[in-house]
Amino acid sequence: MTSDHSSTHRVVVIGAGHGGGNVVALLRQYGFGGPVTLIGDEPAAPYHRPPLSKAWLKGTASAQSLALKPADFYATQNITLRLGHAAEAIDRDTRRVALADGSSIDYDTLILATGAHARPLPLANTARPNVLTLRNMADADRLKHALGAGKRLLIVGGGYIGLECAASARALGADVVVVERAARLLERVASEPIAGFLRRHHERNGVRFALGAQIETIEGEEAASAVTLVDGRRFDCDAILVGIGAAPNTTLAEGAGLACDDGITVDADCRSSDPRIFAIGDVVRRPHPLYGRSLRLESVPSAMEQAKHAAAAIAGREPPHPEVPWFWSDQYDLKLQIAGLPFDADTVVVRGDPETGSFGVYHLRGGSVVTVEAINSPPDFFAGKKLIASGKTVAPVELADPAVPLNGIVA
Amino acid sequence: MAKITFIEHCGTPHTVDVPEGTSLMQAAIGHNIPGIDADCGGAMTCGTCLVFVPPSWAEKLEARSEHERQMLEFSGKDAANARLSCQLIACPALDGLSVQIPESQG
Repeated sequence: MTSDHSSTHRVVVIGAGHGGGNVVALLRQYGFGGPVTLIGDEPAAPYHRPPLSKAWLKGTASAQSLALKPADFYATQNITLRLGHAAEAIDRDTRRVALADGSSIDYDTLILATGAHARPLPLANTARPNVLTLRNMADADRLKHALGAGKRLLIVGGGYIGLECAASARALGADVVVVERAARLLERVASEPIAGFLRRHHERNGVRFALGAQIETIEGEEAASAVTLVDGRRFDCDAILVGIGAAPNTTLAEGAGLACDDGITVDADCRSSDPRIFAIGDVVRRPHPLYGRSLRLESVPSAMEQAKHAAAAIAGREPPHPEVPWFWSDQYDLKLQIAGLPFDADTVVVRGDPETGSFGVYHLRGGSVVTVEAINSPPDFFAGKKLIASGKTVAPVELADPAVPLNGIVA
Repeated sequence: MAKITFIEHCGTPHTVDVPEGTSLMQAAIGHNIPGIDADCGGAMTCGTCLVFVPPSWAEKLEARSEHERQMLEFSGKDAANARLSCQLIACPALDGLSVQIPESQG
């Protein structure tokens, strides 16, 4: 299927997000010459999603600046776009994808890049016009409409989506309350020093937090007008944004009988249980070569890395080297960059003074860095990423001392 | 318009016309030039649009901002010549520039 593919070998990609938009480009970069079709259920060609909670909300990005590729890209690369079409079913025997409009597309190799959807609030009566989530441009436009000076936004969930939207909403003059079930922010995805720093920064910018708190009821006839917490507190609101995590869009894959386990299970090349079907991006659970375990990562860099692996396998190229997973988040004037995964660290080292607004948090296990979190400090991020990749043993006391140059520690 | 040549790590050159005001990163993405990932789309967050510029051209380029300099501090032995291509904006002075793409953006 791979190196002997002829120019008639048809690749079809379902899902026009970061994974889908990049894998079609990479197939061409890697010399794949067969027909390539990209199916997306949104009307827009692939676009950058991270700015939706930031520049797009604040009105400083245009549809053109958000686009993953320029408008003429797909035509010049001989990639067929089928946008505004939801894929309904996959027939693996006839190798055919059925679309919602009744048409169908045949494939020789299929790539699923169907992404994830926002988890709904586990409460009754949440289907209201102003109870919102944020995954795509239409969601962002609804949220944008709900914001403005004096508007009251209640955010459920103190994760990245919630905090990025809180920062943008404050910039637009809205009043913001964040309700988080855990005792602190970013409980699953960032360390306490980072979470504490971000909480204080948001509070300085006027965001109020209800931590260790749960919503009991949402009030209002049709639209939500207030929420009451289990502890009795009550907040009036004009809109509610629910940012409590995402779940993989596996319906198509499950319907086709592909192996799934909180995500489509794939091998290192991103091949699913059907060798003709690959899967990439947020929807995937893949054995990570650097961690020896299967992971479902929700991030742009991970989607990009998986797109490279799938495209390389299909085009018959050597797989790329494994990359240290990394993430980013922008809030106010803060850039948070994280490399590595927070598994079983035994030592935490803070480098730099958080009060300066620029510092790094290193997590070590057995003397080696496994994760680094950097706020407004790219050198800490890139040095940490290199240390994670090399596995070099470092002295925590040196790492903690800003007077000891990072260059020497990394070398 | 500036004629810019992107040289892949394997040595393959790609010469493209870049309209004035367009970043070299955008031009590379638009022409599907291998080796420029640009994960963050130009937000100066990811460092995956790195290129190396010949020292002789350094003076013709707008100087690195402090943030860009920090982003490039650990980009290897040629770090002094490294630039984020999202920060290199095409102008007549850049006509004829050749930039080298690294082996990987990881």
